[in-house]
Amino acid sequence: MYTAPFRYLRAASLAEAEALFAGTPDAKYIAGGQTLIPTMKQRLAAPAALIDVSRIAALSFIRREKPMLVIGAGTPHADVAASSEVRAPLPGLATLAGLIGDPAVRHKGTLGGSVANNDPAADYPAAVLALGATVKTTRRTIAADAFFTGMFQTALSDGELIADIGFPIPLRAGYAKFPNPASRYALVGVFVAQFPDSVRVAVTGAAPCVFRVADMEQALSRSFTPDAVAGVTVKPDGLNSDLFASAEYRAHLVTIMAKRAVAAALG
Amino acid sequence: MTVNGAAVRADVEDRTLLVHFLRDHLRLTGTHVGCDTSQCGACVVHVGGKAVKSCTLFAVQADGEDILTIEGVATSGGLHPVQAAFQEHHGLQCGFCTPGMIMTAIDMLRRHEKLDEALIRRELEGNLCRCTGYLNIVKAIQAAAAAG
Repeated sequence: MYTAPFRYLRAASLAEAEALFAGTPDAKYIAGGQTLIPTMKQRLAAPAALIDVSRIAALSFIRREKPMLVIGAGTPHADVAASSEVRAPLPGLATLAGLIGDPAVRHKGTLGGSVANNDPAADYPAAVLALGATVKTTRRTIAADAFFTGMFQTALSDGELIADIGFPIPLRAGYAKFPNPASRYALVGVFVAQFPDSVRVAVTGAAPCVFRVADMEQALSRSFTPDAVAGVTVKPDGLNSDLFASAEYRAHLVTIMAKRAVAAALG
Repeated sequence: MTVNGAAVRADVEDRTLLVHFLRDHLRLTGTHVGCDTSQCGACVVHVGGKAVKSCTLFAVQADGEDILTIEGVATSGGLHPVQAAFQEHHGLQCGFCTPGMIMTAIDMLRRHEKLDEALIRRELEGNLCRCTGYLNIVKAIQAAAAAG
């Protein structure tokens, strides 16, 4: 299966990538390509040019910069999943990375690619939003609460690239997802994070865009236990509905996955 | 790029997928195209020592990389231990998924010191066998893991 023809350009640095983007009409960045290439093969996307940022060495790193854990946008999921530097302070994030796609996909797919694409069923947006992470781009830093703006929509401007993402370290955090059995994308995924002064809960897969659940956050702030969210439900209005799961079923799964995420966080 | 130890050079269209480069240009047809939607794993090869789906990578992206395909895993001394285990335990039925299964199995043995049945099955989530011959595939990988 062939994609539509395009011009391939490779950037050696973030500055070069942005310059190439500015000088090339209808260009798209490609990192791991694990979403973009299948999309192009189905002819759902046909950019005139691809700018490959996967060889920018400075984009792939995992660093502890207290109080944050900073991960380069080009870091593959497999590296995050296997990293003791991630697992020690943020086991929920390492677990999440290890649940994306399959082993071969995790060798190529990247943190920045997933977050910039903001697929409604992608895993990483749940962690970024629940942890209140900071997205550092080539132009500014963007708080997670302002980053995810809609289905496949983010606060990124044309040509703006994610450089890294800084994750605050919570007291505990956990992720649970009900994967689509074929695609491994989340039918529903819930990430919970408990901080000294707050709890944040983010849901992916259920709606057109990742979202927080205030009622669950309040319930978990009072008591961080699975039982505390067992009776908290979200309304099915506006949730995704497809042949795999109705909006009502997804709403039901949000509560179930939230309970499991809290249980995972408590170890 | 280097393919199975040999330096390879070619001009291809930018949109040529690695799997088509291997099959159509180099005639290495052991790497299969199954689903073409990144799900079945029949096209798994190693790029820089790691398992990837060659239908989800453009050949130009692998420029300069070291590629290993199913044709390159056996040595002059005989089959690769994972190939031998698949033969011994009949880890195949029609054989279409086998090259991808073996490349995935070699990669999982590289990453895990210990492999039990549950972990092998989890690690195989990106490889489909339409004959549903998983039982013997898992047995073969378990045997290869036990043999070290």
